[in-house]
Amino acid sequence: MTDTLTISSRPRAFRPATTEPTMVKWALIAFCLAVLTVLLFAPLFAVFDEALRRGWAFAVASLSEPDAQAAIRLTLLVAAITVPLNAVFGIAAAWAITKFDWRGKAWVITLIDLPFSVSPVVAGLLFVLMFGANSALGAWLVANGFPVVFAVPGIVLATLFITFPFVARELIPVMLEQGRAEEEAALTLGASGWRTFLTVTLPNIRWALLYGVLLCNARAMGEFGAVAVVSGKIRGQTTTMPLMIEMFYNEYLSVAAFTMAGLLALLAFVTLTLKTALEWRYADQLAATYRH
Amino acid sequence: MNIEIEEISKDFGTTAALHPVSLSIPSGTLVALLGPSGSGKTTLLRILGGLEFPTAGRVLFDGADATNLSVQDRRAGFVFQSYALFRHMTVFDNIAYGLRARPRKSRPQTAEIARRVTKLLELIKLPDIGARYPSQLSGGQRQRVALARALAIEPRMMLLDEPFGALDAKVRRELRQGLRDIHDTTGLTSIFVTHDQEEAMELADLVVVMSMGRIEQVGKPEDIRARPKTEFVREFISA
Ligand SMILES: Nc1ncnc2c1ncn2[C@@H]1O[C@H](COP(=O)(O)OP(=O)(O)O)[C@@H](O)[C@H]1O
Ligand SMILES: [Mg+2]
Repeated sequence: MTDTLTISSRPRAFRPATTEPTMVKWALIAFCLAVLTVLLFAPLFAVFDEALRRGWAFAVASLSEPDAQAAIRLTLLVAAITVPLNAVFGIAAAWAITKFDWRGKAWVITLIDLPFSVSPVVAGLLFVLMFGANSALGAWLVANGFPVVFAVPGIVLATLFITFPFVARELIPVMLEQGRAEEEAALTLGASGWRTFLTVTLPNIRWALLYGVLLCNARAMGEFGAVAVVSGKIRGQTTTMPLMIEMFYNEYLSVAAFTMAGLLALLAFVTLTLKTALEWRYADQLAATYRH
Repeated sequence: MNIEIEEISKDFGTTAALHPVSLSIPSGTLVALLGPSGSGKTTLLRILGGLEFPTAGRVLFDGADATNLSVQDRRAGFVFQSYALFRHMTVFDNIAYGLRARPRKSRPQTAEIARRVTKLLELIKLPDIGARYPSQLSGGQRQRVALARALAIEPRMMLLDEPFGALDAKVRRELRQGLRDIHDTTGLTSIFVTHDQEEAMELADLVVVMSMGRIEQVGKPEDIRARPKTEFVREFISA
């Protein structure tokens, strides 16, 4: 009894168990900033610096060239096709994996990750093998006026393959964590399966879905390896922004190369800003969805 | 509504969750499914609610075969073990969900929905929490909101899976009376799952003691206490 009294009456500087001494805190922050500067800020700065070396007008002019314009349009087109498709595929896959029990499920989860573990070049070669002029299918497709390899459909296919995991990978852990109870509740309240999906499942996964879509988009625009193999790099036709950057660079058109690189980086930056803005705007809802 | 369970069995792969069980529940009864964890209580409740389908056997509602009736058409007010409130909706929207999900011709007007939700909030004695989110409620409040949400669809029966399981002892006792009152007001046939024999004995009109996928005994609390039919029942109710 007296012990407790002496202890509690003696003033002592308690601190929360998780708070490190300030020295450690600042050292860690400084270290992180240093790493970020070397690996991220400095290169990014160098890109823009190089792009603007001969001034804005020159940089903008390099993007106005028809081939550059075609590359930008193609990249936007490919992203516009692949991102919605992979959002749907990702939701479907995550749904099937987390809401139902079936045989071979573990196997499918591994398969979803395949695009992450296979080198993009190998993925590209796979599509060339399947749809190239040397395969029966490819020959038939070319004969019927729908070439896949060295054409836009091949680029779309390769990009689809490469970016497939992003949405599903974001969704699966969230949907596993949330379980099936809310969906079941909606069903017992008389909602159809579709209504349940729209009013319960989708709102519950919307943040994960948004992150997945943004990551998917960034990669769809930036993919190089797989697309390089299937595209054939026909200037103005099958050349995406990353391929165009490489071409410019190889032709010693470094301002053009870095301007386009800067534009690509800017697109990624816009998606990140969008994500942060949304997070900030909907902080309450975000907390409500994940707490509980 | 009276409920007839005829020789219902349920296998999950190779494990038998329910050996054939039969049970007859008269209209308006408050029934406790009592048994240790893993005895098949939840499985039986989910079969009644249409969330699970039996491997064999039949379920009759008021004499009509309901075995293959879809979960939506059963109109069972289901209260889930951890309540399963829609976390992204306010309490009001949670309770209104079932009414809004109705097909257009049987869906009440917006004003009528609001009126009914308000009435249900009064019934559960939480008139002022309509604008809150589930994460802003205590455990006891969540349970009552789950009850109100289930009652909103004008259910034919109430099915409650461990409705007091996640609550501390004091709240538990308060809400026990709350459930009894609501049952007496609505007069709905209600079945609740519990592993707490005191809770079952105190609250239910009819107690169904289960063990390992079988029904050991069915009876009024006082009868079960006075004349336990098997060694298992004797031990379980004296625990
Ligand atoms: N979806 C399922 N898949 C496989 N086994 C299950 C499933 N649901 C329940 N079981 C099994 O059925 C038995 C009864 O479970 P349950 O009805 O949940 O019991 P209780 O609710 O009495 O604790 C348990 O052995 C459990 O492991
Ligand atoms: Mg259970």
